[in-house]
Amino acid sequence: MSRIDKHRNILDFALSSLLRRKRKNIALVIMYTSLIFILASVIFFTEAIKREACILLENSPEMIVQKTMAGRHDLIPDNYIRSIESIRGVQSVRGRLWGYYYEPTRRANYTLTVPEHFSYGTGYIAIGKGVSRTLEAGKGDLVPFRAYNGSYVSLEVADVMTAESEIISSDLVLLSEPDFREISGAPGGFFTDLGVRVRNAKELPVIADKIRRVLPDTRPILKNEIVKTYETIFDWRGGIVMVILMSAVFAFVILAWDKATGLSSEEKREIGILKGIGWETSDVLWLKFWEGAVVSLTSFFLGVILAYVHVFLASFILFEPVLKGWSVLYPEFRLVPFIDPFQIMAIFFLTVLPYTAATIVPSWRAATIDPDSVMRL
Amino acid sequence: MSIRKVDVFLLSISVALCLFAFIFVHASLTKKSELPALRENSKMVRTLEITDICLFTEARYTRHLSMADLHTPFQDHPMSLEHFPSGALITPPPHLRQYVQDR
Amino acid sequence: MIELTDIRKVFNAGNPNEFVAVRGASLVIAQNRMTVFKGPSGSGKTTILSLIGCMTRPTSGRITVSGREITSLPERFLTEIRQRTFGFVFQQFHLLKGITVLENVMLPAYPSGQRHLSLREKATGILHLFGLSAKMSSKVEWLSGGEAQRVSISRALINDPAVIIADEPTAHLDSKLSLELMEILGALKREGKTILIASHDPLVSESPFVDLVVSIRDGLLKEVEERK
Repeated sequence: MSRIDKHRNILDFALSSLLRRKRKNIALVIMYTSLIFILASVIFFTEAIKREACILLENSPEMIVQKTMAGRHDLIPDNYIRSIESIRGVQSVRGRLWGYYYEPTRRANYTLTVPEHFSYGTGYIAIGKGVSRTLEAGKGDLVPFRAYNGSYVSLEVADVMTAESEIISSDLVLLSEPDFREISGAPGGFFTDLGVRVRNAKELPVIADKIRRVLPDTRPILKNEIVKTYETIFDWRGGIVMVILMSAVFAFVILAWDKATGLSSEEKREIGILKGIGWETSDVLWLKFWEGAVVSLTSFFLGVILAYVHVFLASFILFEPVLKGWSVLYPEFRLVPFIDPFQIMAIFFLTVLPYTAATIVPSWRAATIDPDSVMRL
Repeated sequence: MSIRKVDVFLLSISVALCLFAFIFVHASLTKKSELPALRENSKMVRTLEITDICLFTEARYTRHLSMADLHTPFQDHPMSLEHFPSGALITPPPHLRQYVQDR
Repeated sequence: MIELTDIRKVFNAGNPNEFVAVRGASLVIAQNRMTVFKGPSGSGKTTILSLIGCMTRPTSGRITVSGREITSLPERFLTEIRQRTFGFVFQQFHLLKGITVLENVMLPAYPSGQRHLSLREKATGILHLFGLSAKMSSKVEWLSGGEAQRVSISRALINDPAVIIADEPTAHLDSKLSLELMEILGALKREGKTILIASHDPLVSESPFVDLVVSIRDGLLKEVEERK
């Protein structure tokens, strides 16, 4: 029991010491908490988006075949369908039609898609919630689309997709094939790309190879590549995420450096007195440890808890302007809280440990002085 | 007898720890309750043959990451600032990088 | 009880500012007596107190406390002995600012892991003895010179030491308070404690409570005067 009491005593005094410089230490905690808050928010958000995307996109088409010309995406002719159908192992090939529609008045981009079965027929569209918000249009409203040749095609909103599906449907405009061709000008017999279904999923890479050989200007994209795209999204190797991480590390180093560049003369005097009244070197170091631990533990818990609330209960609201960028249409979705305990542990080791160490290390020298020096203070 | 500072602190940290543990509980409960919506969305991905989530709608290249072609500046240089911040946030999809290597 | 044999203490040995504080001192300090080390500043009396109180090691020579040689003990045993045996009253008081009187008094005993409640009771008792109960929760900045002196002594008593060491205790006190201080130290001697004082104040060395006066000059013990 005396060990616990010893540390309770030392911790009590550590708190006294911190409270003596109240303003400085409160400012420190606020700064530190903010740093951890930003870091944890970014980590929570990117991890959650990644996981949700990968889970959802596990259901994406097994293989998409694109045609390229001079490195650019080009429309694919229907005779390619027949070539691919004849490859062994291919179950079916479907020409897909999709593209973008830019609306100048609201400067928003929508994704036009012709689904395999569009039950509403020509003259109607089904729109995502984000489109509905941007157009301020609901069921029954007429929406004009400017076609490739300058004419206008008016389509009636037959349905608005759910809010829960915004993460995948927010900017979608589903329509029939004739309407799509009328708006986009894509000639009959040509498609945006092809969706290929195979009998045995294990043969996908082999079939992809065959397709590339038979049709050299095509680019097959496999489902696992789609999922991989989102697994590596927001990777630390990527631009701003790296910048944020580096800034956070840099800021921590500055904080720790400020602590590590020696003690004030008053702190040194106090350590001298403690040694003079009977504290051992190790006791002084424990004191410094607890001083550092109080600040960093408080900041860590506060920062992480606030980050969780921020990302999952407040929809990452503080970073919205960053993610929104120039887009007019921004999906409103609540992320599913996929959190990785290892990442939280990593934050802990990145933040609590260095700070606590930075509080102890500069005190080392002062802590080992001869108690005799207190007589001459 | 008045309450010691250390006891106040230890109590606060315990509360914080509980809240912290509660995060995980909350997360797992929310995940469970979101499961039906997730399943619905998965179904929609399948029927509509969706290949990308709707995150960055500002430009074509940013909306369909996995479908993007080689030509756009976004792929050639991850920090393409005309598509800020999405260009700065995302790297080219790995299969594209592989594609470049294969050629 | 405390025996010094041929003690030498050199500060900053080998450096240009090398300084020999004590050169060859031998002394036996009896238990339950009040001994005063008299001499001008720089004579080495503070260093001698420091050496006796296990605050620093001698450069050469031997010190034994209760028959046990402490000169070559590792730091942690030295600290243990120091904590148990000696209580210090510093010339500048050296009370920690910003914390209460009570906390200051309890501070030396914190690392020993005593139960807080019993420690608090002990400290409260000592402060009561010195008439400082009303000031227990005050910050030390608000104390008068005499009050600070008494808090300083209270702190020295928290670990129930056998020996009290006071370095120039009357330096910041007027005559009335100085006499009061000697009364307190005399009372502590009556309770069985050994008192060691370093002072060049005649009010101290002339006090009726003093049993032994050791004169020091230039790091050497010049004269030992028994009183009674």
